[in-house]
Amino acid sequence: MVTTAARDDDFSYRLWRYDGAPGELIPLLQSAQDHFGYIPRRAISYISGVTGVPESDIYGVITFYSQFRLQPMGKYVIKACDGTACHVQNSRTIIDTLEDELGVEVGGTTEDGLFTLSTVACIGCCSLAPVIMINDDTHGRLTPQSVRKILREYRRREQAARAQDAASCGEAGAR
Amino acid sequence: MKKVIVGMSTCGLSAGSQKTYDRFGELLAASPGAFELKSTGCIGMCYREPLVEIRENGSRIVYGSVTPELADRIFKEHITADRVLDEHVALRMDRGAELGGAEAPHQKEQVRIVLRNCGLIDPESIAEYEAALGYKALRAALLDMKPDEIIKTIKDSGLRGRGGAGFPTGLKWSFAAAQKGDVKYVVCNADEGDPGAFMDRSVLEGDPHSVIEGMIICARAIGAHMGYIYCRAEYPMAIRRLTIALDAARENGYLGKNILGSGFDFDVKIKQGAGAFVCGEETALFQSIEGKRGMPRIRPPFPAEKGLWQKPTNNNNVETYANVPWIIVNGAAAYAAYGTEKSRGTKVFALAGKVACGGLAEVPMGIPINDLVFKIGGGIKENRTFKAVQMGGPSGGCIPASLGHTPVDFESIPATGAIMGSGGLVVMDDQTCMVEMARFFLDFTQNESCGKCTFCRVGTLRMLEILTRITQGEGRVEDIDKLKTLGAQIKEASLCGLGQTAPNPVLTTLKYFPEEYEAHIRDKRCPAASCTALVDFCIDPEKCTGCTVCAKNCPVEAITGERKAVHTIDMAKCARCGKCITVCTFGAVYKK
Repeated sequence: MVTTAARDDDFSYRLWRYDGAPGELIPLLQSAQDHFGYIPRRAISYISGVTGVPESDIYGVITFYSQFRLQPMGKYVIKACDGTACHVQNSRTIIDTLEDELGVEVGGTTEDGLFTLSTVACIGCCSLAPVIMINDDTHGRLTPQSVRKILREYRRREQAARAQDAASCGEAGAR
Repeated sequence: MKKVIVGMSTCGLSAGSQKTYDRFGELLAASPGAFELKSTGCIGMCYREPLVEIRENGSRIVYGSVTPELADRIFKEHITADRVLDEHVALRMDRGAELGGAEAPHQKEQVRIVLRNCGLIDPESIAEYEAALGYKALRAALLDMKPDEIIKTIKDSGLRGRGGAGFPTGLKWSFAAAQKGDVKYVVCNADEGDPGAFMDRSVLEGDPHSVIEGMIICARAIGAHMGYIYCRAEYPMAIRRLTIALDAARENGYLGKNILGSGFDFDVKIKQGAGAFVCGEETALFQSIEGKRGMPRIRPPFPAEKGLWQKPTNNNNVETYANVPWIIVNGAAAYAAYGTEKSRGTKVFALAGKVACGGLAEVPMGIPINDLVFKIGGGIKENRTFKAVQMGGPSGGCIPASLGHTPVDFESIPATGAIMGSGGLVVMDDQTCMVEMARFFLDFTQNESCGKCTFCRVGTLRMLEILTRITQGEGRVEDIDKLKTLGAQIKEASLCGLGQTAPNPVLTTLKYFPEEYEAHIRDKRCPAASCTALVDFCIDPEKCTGCTVCAKNCPVEAITGERKAVHTIDMAKCARCGKCITVCTFGAVYKK
């Protein structure tokens, strides 16, 4: 298990390489989000300390852009496309299905911390509408049924991985 | 040896091309040396993905909808026994022969300048780009042409900015070139934010070097030494391929110090957007590159004078830059030969929505909308009725089928109230509610308004509230006039393109589809059976199997029926939540 302190050290190391080039605030925030999965309060303080940009300004930038999150995200971030082409192809039904299958509303994260559901304006796969992205993987030509199938597949894989982890931990313990 | 080339753009991957590629990989591992396996970008026929091309000695056969099973057959029949599976051939491009295959009719009208390499070369190989005359234009521009000659060539070609506004590119370059000073910037706007437009993504994923080459030529013309590509974070593959391409260009001496021994220095950095539509506006984009909130500022001063970091800057979009190398190699006259008098050259359109053959199409400017929808797009899905096209995304408007003869160029489209935009063309049929469409776009612009101008920030919200209430059956007679007044005010009193164009989707639908607004407001009826609050939910007795899932899931117990018998919905009880549609495995629940 990676400790919070270790994660912070690792992030500070990235910051340490910051060369003072102007306009690096957004890449630094993106890097923080990649690292922590969201932008924790303390990351704002670190970045402010290194760049000299006031914390209030950093907060202003974070809340301006839809990519940044101040809350932890699930392991899998689902971006349901609600662009024009997807909308015309009934993306609303797909989003309803996602909400129903996950038991959370758009913006929410499932209790097991596995999925965060969000919508995006367009992911550029319009001719395969309706489309969703799960992390960096795109799934197209969806129906309510195929959406449920995809989510169950992710859950199944996750459970299998956990079971395997538990088994290997057990073995290690036995030794 | 035969080459097997699998389309691996985002569109291909989401249609399952990874599985197809992997299957060919297994086949190759089982019989080493049987063929050569490669990947490529998007050729534009997104509706037939996954696409697989078999290339040998000038013969090129593209198979469509290739599942792993079909891959096995292609290997057994075509690759090993030279028997072409005609029924699966999407496109046949044999050297010196006419196009063949099922999709040939949709491809014939096209002229591929921007997409010249997309779907043909491996975007991760600079050698393949060079083999396709890549960086030939750069060589000419750096070693044989003076900066003003480059600008003159671009001016003569008649190229206009492909991001939407259509400003003459050569003229723009001449403004930045005329500025004194050593520090200037070249910026590529790859923040393709219009929902429904994906041509820039395809170019970046399919032919990233063409954009980089265009930027270097521009840098030479205006005297810049640093460039930025501002690409949206939603395009991870585009960013990955651009990064690979930039590294390769540096290694091969096309970027960096003393490019090709000419003494000219230039380098490019990628900046990832962080999700803000307004950053497609150039002054907001510069703010974002500078690490600030992306809020537009007043122009003048124009970017050519004071752009990024207050220095002279030239900003064009992806498609514009991708045109440049072709123009330098083939000459201005060759480019100007396509298109109309004022709109020269070609334009890439992204066809999506209710069109049968969605994908990318590059056509000469001035082609009628009908040709795009019917000849290239193959008409409407399920043979339904063509109602309208939406052009220009949230800044654009809906053009009704009755104006389908309108030529697509920078003069005719704005005359209808829509805009060219970046080339997204979303086709709508009789099941699309135009009021709901207007509400959808206002919801988008309202969300994306940066908040600087009051009319844009508050006005769009008021318009959205009115449209929402109309789609919920609570519209008032005076709402239509109110929408028109607010629309005019927002257009007048907003600083940037976002606010100035935000009311367009509402104003054009009000102009061309007033009867739909009236049906919602007066008759409390949605003619397209789309607005949930104004429709009835029904179960198709032909499709219903009596599985009882809908009845079990209905929160208000409005659905009744015996197991294995057709179910019915009691509309008096129905809360119109739509849950039944999402749980039905047989697609039997529909709106009427």
